[in-house]
Amino acid sequence: MIRPLLIARDLTKRFGGLVAVDGISFELGRGAVVGLIGPNGSGKTTFFNVVTGIYPIDGGAIEFDGNNIANLSPQAVFRAGIARTFQRSRLSLPLSIFDNIMIGNHMRLNQGLWFNLVQRQRFKQEFEINFERARDLVRVFDAPLADRMFEPVGGFPMIDRRRIEICRALISRPKLLLLDEPSAGMTRDETSKLMNDIFEVKDRFEDLTIIIIEHEMGVIERITDRCVVLNFGRKICEGTYQQVAADKLVQEAYLGIQ
Amino acid sequence: MVTGAWRAFIPLLPGVASAAGAAVYLLLLLKVQSQGGIAALLVAGVVAMLAAARFDVMTRVARRVGEHEKAFNVIVVVAVLALAGLLYDDHFALLLVATVIIYVIAALGLNIQFGYAGMLNFAGAAFFGIGCYTAAVLTKNTPVPHLLVLLAGGVMAAAIGSLLILPVLRTRGHYAAVVTIAFGLLFKIFLEVNDALGGPQGLRVAGMQVLGLEFNNNIEIGEDIELAFYVNYIALGLMLLVLAFIFVKRLERSWIGLNLDAVRLDETAAACFGLNLVRWKITAFITGNFLIGLAGALYATMIGFIAPTNFTFGDSLILVSIVLLGGIGNPWGLVVATAILVIVPEKLQAIQEYRFLLFAAMVVLMLLFRPQGILPRPLRTYFPGSPK
Repeated sequence: MIRPLLIARDLTKRFGGLVAVDGISFELGRGAVVGLIGPNGSGKTTFFNVVTGIYPIDGGAIEFDGNNIANLSPQAVFRAGIARTFQRSRLSLPLSIFDNIMIGNHMRLNQGLWFNLVQRQRFKQEFEINFERARDLVRVFDAPLADRMFEPVGGFPMIDRRRIEICRALISRPKLLLLDEPSAGMTRDETSKLMNDIFEVKDRFEDLTIIIIEHEMGVIERITDRCVVLNFGRKICEGTYQQVAADKLVQEAYLGIQ
Repeated sequence: MVTGAWRAFIPLLPGVASAAGAAVYLLLLLKVQSQGGIAALLVAGVVAMLAAARFDVMTRVARRVGEHEKAFNVIVVVAVLALAGLLYDDHFALLLVATVIIYVIAALGLNIQFGYAGMLNFAGAAFFGIGCYTAAVLTKNTPVPHLLVLLAGGVMAAAIGSLLILPVLRTRGHYAAVVTIAFGLLFKIFLEVNDALGGPQGLRVAGMQVLGLEFNNNIEIGEDIELAFYVNYIALGLMLLVLAFIFVKRLERSWIGLNLDAVRLDETAAACFGLNLVRWKITAFITGNFLIGLAGALYATMIGFIAPTNFTFGDSLILVSIVLLGGIGNPWGLVVATAILVIVPEKLQAIQEYRFLLFAAMVVLMLLFRPQGILPRPLRTYFPGSPK
């Protein structure tokens, strides 16, 4: 059997007395699309922040692609092959689409002082190659957007910003993509467009594994193979959408005890 | 043939007109002596600026200029030289022009730190002072060639700055700014109690000497024309400024400039995409301090005498105000803001004593009504004159 891409064992994160992530264990197979769901404050985003190294962990272990990534810096986690988007879109709004995507492409760009300041001809070559790559990637999502690469991101509507954010995460060809509530702040129409985009991405990057946090259950039902349900920092259920939707504990967590 | 040449000239017109207009305005401002005349000129300048902002002239001119950037840079250098030529024997006016040039170099350094990497440095005057004192000590005690002394001023400021960076990196945002304030105050006190560096009385600094040319001698041309010696400093300062300008522009138009922006705008997001925050902060801090120290060394040799009172917290604030007023991250904005902050209080004596009050009011008003500054920073293009 192929080893799972991500293995979390008894993962724990405390903020003072509050246990935000309380002994979560699960395995993530390669190429899977897994939904991470649960009520507000159940520890979903904290789980992402712990995996990506923003918070150090207080207990347990995380293994990614055969390596221990617990307590690595965000930079090291990114180098290992995990890229993410943020719940409140964290694009750099004054910068252009191209600039934002190049931030995600950082590891492939020559960062030498001499190269950047003096060897401008070579810089131009590297620029053109990466410009083509970024434009091709944006075109997968939205062709008109690809013609506006040098406009500030702040001038685009939410759906385009989400697309740009996903492009910024994908340009580095990560093995695991973490999507933190991509439909937040979007209309129903925009949400369904974005879901089509994510399907498109799955088609193009076949071995890409995705964990998606989402409140729109329609989205979860449509795109995930499996769901993990959190409540008060604990995993209360895991299975296909149909299985978890039928689970009594999950219904209680969402609707309260009847 | 002539029409062809003219047609090529037409796109350059907005650039030529704005450079010539600014030069003429500066010439008038520097030449007029009556306080009433200066006040009228300033009012006219403010009105012209407000009108330009109201009708969006500035952005349009900026776009046009951006399309022919290299030509515009040459035009500006020519305009400054013409200004210096027209003021040829006016010592005080030339001193002001040279001071503006030198301050712009320092402000460019601060712009890398604050405008690009978002690191507030309230010790600008201290790093400027390190450059000044390095120049004073080296010219007095060693036979080091003076051009190398300038370089040493920059290197010294960068080296001492790289010690200060350690506590700065351990703190974030406002706390990092407080660390730099503390350093600035310490620097001044250190100078005052250190007798080897002249104590509170300060030090004399020898004038520049390059290839046998004494910078502090007036330049005689023919029988009856004598250029004030400040023209020497203007020429050298302008050369250094052009180099610094090219450096800053290329930095902005590279992946490094992009990294600095990413660090400023969102450290957490930048870290999640593998950016080494520490590396880019150090890069910005050191290169910025180098430029500030370089400017300081040149300033010391020009002014001939330095004392701790030249490097107060207030002077650091002036440098920060220049960046805030000019347009955070826009080198051209720094030029405009420096000219205003250096020349206006010297010419309009009525406000000399109240200048800090005035600067503070200007910064507050600017942040309220036009937070992007006089000349807002345009979107990054990686290659001059192209949309990319």
